Amino acid sequence: MNPDLIAVLVKYAVMFAVFINVAPIMVWVERRGAGLIQDRPGPNRVGPFGLFQPLADALKFMFKEDVTPILVDKPLYLLAPVLALMPAFTTLVLIPFGPEITVGGRTIPLVVTNADTGALLFLAISSLGVYSLVMAGYASNNKFSLLGSIRASAQLISYELALTISVLAVLIPVNSFRLTDVVAYQQAHLWNCIPQVLGCLVFLIAAFAETNRLPFDLPEAESELIAGFHTEYGAMRFALFFQGEYSNMAALSALGATLFFGGWSLPFIHYPHNWLGAVLGLLTLVAKIAIAMAVFVWVRWTFPRFRYDQLMRLGWKFLLPLSIVNLILVAAMTLAGWLGK
Amino acid sequence: METLIFFLFAALALGSGITVVVHRSPIYATLSLVLTLFSMAVLFVLLGAPFVGALQILVYAGAIVVLFLFVIMLLNVQQEESAPARRSAQLVTAILGAIVFLGMFWLAFWRTGLRVGAAPAPPKLTEELVSLKGLAGALFTDYLLPFEIVGLLLLVAVIGATVAARRPGSESSRPEDDYVSGDEPRTDPLLSGPDPRRPSVAEPAYKEAHS
Repeated sequence: MNPDLIAVLVKYAVMFAVFINVAPIMVWVERRGAGLIQDRPGPNRVGPFGLFQPLADALKFMFKEDVTPILVDKPLYLLAPVLALMPAFTTLVLIPFGPEITVGGRTIPLVVTNADTGALLFLAISSLGVYSLVMAGYASNNKFSLLGSIRASAQLISYELALTISVLAVLIPVNSFRLTDVVAYQQAHLWNCIPQVLGCLVFLIAAFAETNRLPFDLPEAESELIAGFHTEYGAMRFALFFQGEYSNMAALSALGATLFFGGWSLPFIHYPHNWLGAVLGLLTLVAKIAIAMAVFVWVRWTFPRFRYDQLMRLGWKFLLPLSIVNLILVAAMTLAGWLGK
Repeated sequence: METLIFFLFAALALGSGITVVVHRSPIYATLSLVLTLFSMAVLFVLLGAPFVGALQILVYAGAIVVLFLFVIMLLNVQQEESAPARRSAQLVTAILGAIVFLGMFWLAFWRTGLRVGAAPAPPKLTEELVSLKGLAGALFTDYLLPFEIVGLLLLVAVIGATVAARRPGSESSRPEDDYVSGDEPRTDPLLSGPDPRRPSVAEPAYKEAHS
């Protein structure tokens, strides 16, 4: 077999293993975190500290009856949960997770595809994630689900603009769309979160809206829409939406870590270009994703939900202008030569 | 391999494009449009324009078609709307569209001198040609005027849409201000006591239940 192909498959398998394990771990972290914040125990019966709770949940999902409501739009109803997983497991190929390593005389960059349009392609594919929500809500033959879908489509478009512009600002001083170049730039200079505080803030807020997390989980707001777009889904299909949400959070966390927090690298430390460097790089990236996920949980159980008009106003009248201001500032700073060559 | 991918996605683009036109459910037609745009993006990548492909997905599939879906679901269009009165308008538009399309087709063949079989091999795709820098250079030097005109056109469209969306006479877009003209009292219910026009709360029943 072609050694390049083997390298790509191994790299994809590594990233896949990281992303597929996010959901079970996060189920436990989320519920224990909620307990911690709200001063109650959380799940603590299955295994030490309730650690086997995700396993119990998975078994429950598998043995539950798979109910399909009547009068649903069958093809779209079945396709939607599968599509929920698509963006995260496609975009992970663009995330660099270590230095270039040399194996048997070959130089292998530790990213599955080092695409020329890296960051842009990431945003393009993750923007397709909304179709899963829209299809699910439309196909479910349920008013609440349809309302959830309508909200999702308007919300995701509103926040995608600010997100994209905050990402563009990062790419100006780097002078490239490649995410490996972004990491290399941050190794040579500063982490982008320091000169681009505004952009980092916009990215953070927009990431919450893009992943439908509280305080922006309007598409599934359980107090008004029951569960929004996935009201009519049960058993394993619901679990797929669940997995999709956490995988998308992990993917956006990885993008944020790569763009603003140095990606797989740490300041002042240069990893060796061998297996040790690969492992250390991957661990660094996973640690940064884990910190971002902890922030997701922390915010979810701290803030109340926004009202829908507040959400729209925040997106269009606050975040979008702020991201454009950030873009102009970064462009000016780059021209003035403050952000490196 | 590339030929295989080309035929696969060309067929997908054509098939889903036909579905967009003929499917009776607007939602399915719109979702087919996404598939068409995605296949077109793959074809762009095969042609050595990955940037255009990524933009195609980001802008069209990721944003504009989502807006289409938003409007369709908001209006709850379940089936094809029959509009017999506007058949003639549709016919005129279709003929005009066909003329423009045939004109583009003719232009493409005319440019190549109708030498389809004997056409010279296209220039080899080099890193320089495919790269973003080459595209940006061409866009902001040779094609600057068309680029600026397109920008102006989009600006006009945005302003036009804003003007068209504003209801005449309404200065504010805040929904709570719409109640001013209605018959709802604008007083604080906690200070002014119960509203005489509303039925009073069934207090005896409440007391009964808790005694």
